Amino acid sequence: MRFHQTWAWLHTSPLPWLLLTVAAYELGRRIRARTGHPLAQPVLITLVVVCTAIELTGTSYADYRSATSLIAFFLGPATVALAIPLHRQAHRLRGFAVPMLLGLLAGAIVSTTSGVLLVKALGGSEALARTMGPKSTTTPVAIALADRFDGIPALAAVFAILVGTFGAVVGPTVLSLLRIRERRARGLALGAVSHGIGTSRALHEDPVEGAFAGLSMGLTALITCLVLPVVVAVLL
Amino acid sequence: MIVGVLWLLGCELLGEVLARLTDAPIPGPVIGMVLLFAVLRWRKVGDDSPVVRVGDFLLAHLQLFFVPAGAGVLVYLSLLRRHALPVVVGLLGSWVLAVAVVGWTVVLLARGRAGGDGAVPEEIE
Repeated sequence: MRFHQTWAWLHTSPLPWLLLTVAAYELGRRIRARTGHPLAQPVLITLVVVCTAIELTGTSYADYRSATSLIAFFLGPATVALAIPLHRQAHRLRGFAVPMLLGLLAGAIVSTTSGVLLVKALGGSEALARTMGPKSTTTPVAIALADRFDGIPALAAVFAILVGTFGAVVGPTVLSLLRIRERRARGLALGAVSHGIGTSRALHEDPVEGAFAGLSMGLTALITCLVLPVVVAVLL
Repeated sequence: MIVGVLWLLGCELLGEVLARLTDAPIPGPVIGMVLLFAVLRWRKVGDDSPVVRVGDFLLAHLQLFFVPAGAGVLVYLSLLRRHALPVVVGLLGSWVLAVAVVGWTVVLLARGRAGGDGAVPEEIE
């Protein structure tokens, strides 16, 4: 038996990390299906399992990252695929495009500006401010924008996941407290600040709300790409 | 299925190339998304087309794809601990401000367009 060689192979092969990551994600999906709670996001559960495993085995993050580059690769095509929900909901823009686009533009400006300013005012580093800027966009776009504007992509991912989950948990309650009752406005607001994770909660509340949240997520990603360069140039 | 994969990869590649050629501040995949959107509108693509089926599968598991990036948080735990206040206030503060601005702006503008009587027409589903 060639235990030593096999053990050495296991250490260099990407397969154990790929298997663990997909298995943890499936576990997360099952926990969400079982509990149905908006806090039970598969990505959060996966991250807890994966990070614990990385720490316990003494693996470096760089090794984990290169072992799972196959999974990360799909982020690109999946971002392109965001055009599909946008295409499906595009008919809803008719007769409503102006209030919607102005609302989302205002939202993107406020979200990026206030994120950057709050971090700076409270003594956070510049890299942290550059990471806070794009966090309301859908996670793959937040990662790409943080990368493009010298933020920290890994933290941008975590920030986006956190605000998404936060919105999925308290979003509908906050919207009611703000007296925003119109379904389309509620969906647009939740999609603009909590992207896909907020959208899944909005869909759960009401189909119109969900459709507009999805539309809002896609458009916010686009609008933020246009707004962020200006915000970064002016504030940082 | 393969045709769907080709469309997605083609749009992504073209988006990345355009982003580099023009040095645009927009990430390549986002330009790819705009390109695919134009294709979907132009060809009036339906739900049974290969690109929609492949795309829907990818989107259903979008959360899996950002685990490798997200796990990088391990490297920044001490930074997060040192900057806990700006991080938490920045996240929550800008979230609340933006949700209020989007919601109120849309409600106000939609109301104006409905004739100023405060009634917003319900969408017929």
